[in-house]
Amino acid sequence: MIRAVIVINDQGKPRLVKFYDYQPVEKQQEIIRNIYGVLCSRAENVSNFVQDSTFGPDTRLVYKTFATLYFIVIFDDSENELAILDLMQVFVETLDKCFGNVCELDIVFNFNKVHTILDEIILGGQVVEMSSSEVVKALDDITRLEKNPNSIVRVPKSISGWQGR
Amino acid sequence: MGSQGGFGQSKEFLDLVKSIGEARSKSEEDRIVLREIETLKRRINEPDIPKRKMKEYIIRLVYIEMLGHDASFGYIHAVKMTHDDSILLKRTGYLAVTLFLNEDHDLIILIVNTIQKDLKSDNYLVVCTALNACCKLINEETIPAVIQQVVELLGHPKEAVRKKAVMALHSFHQRSPSSVNHLISNFRKKLSDNDPGVMGATLFPLYDLITIDVNPHKDLVASFVNILKQVAERRLPKNYDYHQTPAPFIQIKLLKILALLGSGDKKSSEQMYTVIGDIMRKSDTASNIGNAILYECICCISSIQPSPKLLETAADAIANFLKSDSHNLKYMGIDTLGRLIRISPDIAEQHQIAVIDCLEDPDDTLKRKTFELLYKMTKSSNVEVIVDRMIDYMISINDNHYKTETASRCVELAEQFAPSNHWFIQTMNKVFQHAGDLVNPKVAHNLMRLIAEGFGEDDDMSDSQLRLSAVESYLKIVDEPKLPSAFLQVICWVLGEYGTADGKYSASYISGKLCDVAEAYSSDDVVKAYAVTALMKVYCFEKAAGRKASLLPECQSLLEVLSASHSSDLQQRAYEFQAILDLDANAIENIMPLDASCEDIEIDKSLSFLDNYVLKSLEQGAEPYIPESERSGTLNISKIRNHNAYEHPTHSLRFEAYEVPKPVVPTKIPSTVTYPTDIVPVTVIVSEPSYQPSVQPSWPLVPVSDAGSGSGSTELKLRLDGVQKKWGKPTYSSGASSSISNFESDRTTVNGATQINTLISKPREPRQSNVEVSEEKQKLAASLFGGKTSRSKKKQSGGAAGHSKVSRTTNHGEDKVQPAAVPVTVTTAVQPPPPDLLDLGEPAGDTSSYSSTVDPFKQLEGLVDLSQDVNATASATTSNGPDLMSLYSDADLNGSLNQNPNAMNGSVNPSKKTASLTKGPSLKDALDKDALVRQMGVNPTSQNPNLFSDLLG
Repeated sequence: MIRAVIVINDQGKPRLVKFYDYQPVEKQQEIIRNIYGVLCSRAENVSNFVQDSTFGPDTRLVYKTFATLYFIVIFDDSENELAILDLMQVFVETLDKCFGNVCELDIVFNFNKVHTILDEIILGGQVVEMSSSEVVKALDDITRLEKNPNSIVRVPKSISGWQGR
Repeated sequence: MGSQGGFGQSKEFLDLVKSIGEARSKSEEDRIVLREIETLKRRINEPDIPKRKMKEYIIRLVYIEMLGHDASFGYIHAVKMTHDDSILLKRTGYLAVTLFLNEDHDLIILIVNTIQKDLKSDNYLVVCTALNACCKLINEETIPAVIQQVVELLGHPKEAVRKKAVMALHSFHQRSPSSVNHLISNFRKKLSDNDPGVMGATLFPLYDLITIDVNPHKDLVASFVNILKQVAERRLPKNYDYHQTPAPFIQIKLLKILALLGSGDKKSSEQMYTVIGDIMRKSDTASNIGNAILYECICCISSIQPSPKLLETAADAIANFLKSDSHNLKYMGIDTLGRLIRISPDIAEQHQIAVIDCLEDPDDTLKRKTFELLYKMTKSSNVEVIVDRMIDYMISINDNHYKTETASRCVELAEQFAPSNHWFIQTMNKVFQHAGDLVNPKVAHNLMRLIAEGFGEDDDMSDSQLRLSAVESYLKIVDEPKLPSAFLQVICWVLGEYGTADGKYSASYISGKLCDVAEAYSSDDVVKAYAVTALMKVYCFEKAAGRKASLLPECQSLLEVLSASHSSDLQQRAYEFQAILDLDANAIENIMPLDASCEDIEIDKSLSFLDNYVLKSLEQGAEPYIPESERSGTLNISKIRNHNAYEHPTHSLRFEAYEVPKPVVPTKIPSTVTYPTDIVPVTVIVSEPSYQPSVQPSWPLVPVSDAGSGSGSTELKLRLDGVQKKWGKPTYSSGASSSISNFESDRTTVNGATQINTLISKPREPRQSNVEVSEEKQKLAASLFGGKTSRSKKKQSGGAAGHSKVSRTTNHGEDKVQPAAVPVTVTTAVQPPPPDLLDLGEPAGDTSSYSSTVDPFKQLEGLVDLSQDVNATASATTSNGPDLMSLYSDADLNGSLNQNPNAMNGSVNPSKKTASLTKGPSLKDALDKDALVRQMGVNPTSQNPNLFSDLLG
């Protein structure tokens, strides 16, 4: 199963952290630090796979860089490395569809939405959806429902103005 | 950037993120976050916070926890938010709760109610949210609260709900299989769900179930093959395609399941051949996902019953992987090659160059994978190359975990395939030099044993050559700075045992080197202990050989330093050495026989030699020994011991209880005191004529272990105070204070259990069973492995000798006084087996030649081993005895058949367990454990036996 999905930026700051088996906060931070250390030292043009003792004897790690972000998936031997690599592609494609030309800031500010997207793709550590259009559809349903019962809080326009500069 | 307009968060949050993003250092970031935490703590507890404000606080909590700060003060608010009617808030609450809490958190119980309510909701999105939370939050205790509802949801009209219900059940199954076992049929039913997504989800729990036990699911092979066929033929709706590949994750999971189902099952495998062949033919090798499926097919092919045609296809695919420029594909190629060579070992040959390329690749992941492959490929013909490469790599890496693994693999391969003794020693030296502190200490003892026993070849010439080459290489290495402790121990032991053996090096040269070691590593007590014992041996061998042996001045000064050492072990070794200096050659030859490290040592477990003594003491009015189990108040001992510094008045009450057994008069004691096997270690022989029945006020201050022995009056204690401190042990020796010399007995505390090691000072009846069993096993081992290729012989010396040799291994480590020369040498292991292997009726004459001089350590170990054997023989009347024995020896042989020499310990453990099962008392277990500890990694610092009472007394 998939143990964790982590997004960190190229400075090692966590942007999205989701562990599928519970880890205490300190352990999470330690793992993130270790991963960042490993990934930084990796040359370009090498494989996207890492076997490292940080994650236990049978776990592996697949990472992929998108612009300033490292997308990292940690999983055990019941998954397929190459397929996980494509799964990250799906995840990023979906983010792109939802945010439109996604960038690091979108993920920072909307990490709750990113979590929702991730929950549609991976559930309980297993990949349940591989089609980004299906994920977008599910997400639209949720958004519509959230808006309908009038409980939705619209952000003041001024914020988007703040972002625009 | 226009698309980023609706971030949906407040300005405050944006400012927080921004300021953290602009923080120039970690400490600045921490300051900002801590300030934020203060703000949130204040605000979140204000009354009447608007809901949307609260939602934002929760989001900010999640954010600061992601940055590694504690947000637990707000957990309860997240839990509250899950109760909210608004789906937006509810979802935020659930998100925060799933990220914050683990399944055992106290707050979970507050959420279960909400989850139950939400599972009943008529809004399917609410149900989905609740099911998502189920996967993360429901623990074993709360499963029953929701499971019924989740099962009902399997029939929900919305496929998204059905899918998530399956996943929720799957996570329940992972947490507590027993609570879901009655629902397994549901998984099978859902396999035929109309929706491919739901069907795909059921594959996860089924995969887990099949991993646990294949057999109940064999009937599903046809269904799985059928599904896989339909998927591969693009029968699924288009929206399951990914880059023109139909439902890749479903295909991969199915192939993994088939690999499990077809493993070792010809009939099932044959059903799969066609579909796997089809998928491989159709696979899109240009895309990542196509290769992922191809890889999975190869894994499946290498797992199921081999099909020549498929193997050929797989080999072609592997060739393509290895030829690829992509490191990812090369990695997959190496991985699959490693899988396939188990079936067809020849296919590696054609990829030699590719493999070598991967070995030199800058990509560390690929390199490691390649070493893994090489490890699997190692044969006696290529071991030298591979192990050399592995050692080079091991030296180059810093990751301790991986370094350890590589080192132990080198050791394993070297032990298995070593082409020559010289090479083996050289290889081990390199491994120890660079990773000595990382390898299992057992490896060091294995090496010492191999050097001591030779490689199992019969001629002594090769053995002594091996030893000489070891000594030479160690003399070369020993001057290098900063050697690992484990390696130095080996060096010291070998130099002590064989340094002067063939006369090439003088005793003073070897002694000088050993003194240098002791001096250079003065902070390492273990190494010093090994060094001083080695010095002692060198001296003894010299003197025993009739040569004039004088102590080097530096050795003399080393002894002086050590005899004032803080380590009681070192001190003792130093005193022993000094005691030996005064002995004549004859006595020395007896305590330090040349090259006798492999000999077995006999133990008189019943301590029968003490019977007369005990009897005499009893006649003089001494208190009889009361077995611990019969003593009252024993349970309190450890407690009292912990508290005795504080001494509550109630304790004196408890201690009075000890007086009760006193009236148990000597009549109960048989004339020859026989001690039950299980309490042997606690046998405390009290020779205390001046026993004082009245309890002194200071009684509780006496270490409790003595309370049981019935000795320990105040003046006694005073006299021994100094001793106690000096030896740094919480106990003191009661027997020592009486008329018997201080060396007579020594008590040590192991795991809170008091033991007494008593030296045997008179000749006694040798126990037969012990010797016979070990000999028998040796013969059996010899008959199984002897006279075969050198490789099997190596295995034998590595592990086959099993049980009997294990006890010897400790000898190398303990390295105390050896018994007088014993005729039974290692060569017995290679002797032809007797006609009846299981004949227990060995002539007693064999054993009578055993020396009566006994190392107390050996005695202790023997207690363990022997008591097993005796136990077995005793519990089985006459003819059953041999069977049980053979059970034990079978276990050993099974262990030794395993190529891994480390299996040796495994072979000992089961028999140990059996023994301890049949005997209740935990003391015995403690002793077992202690003996095991010593077998695994002997640390000479643990015990301080007195060794010379029989010689000096």
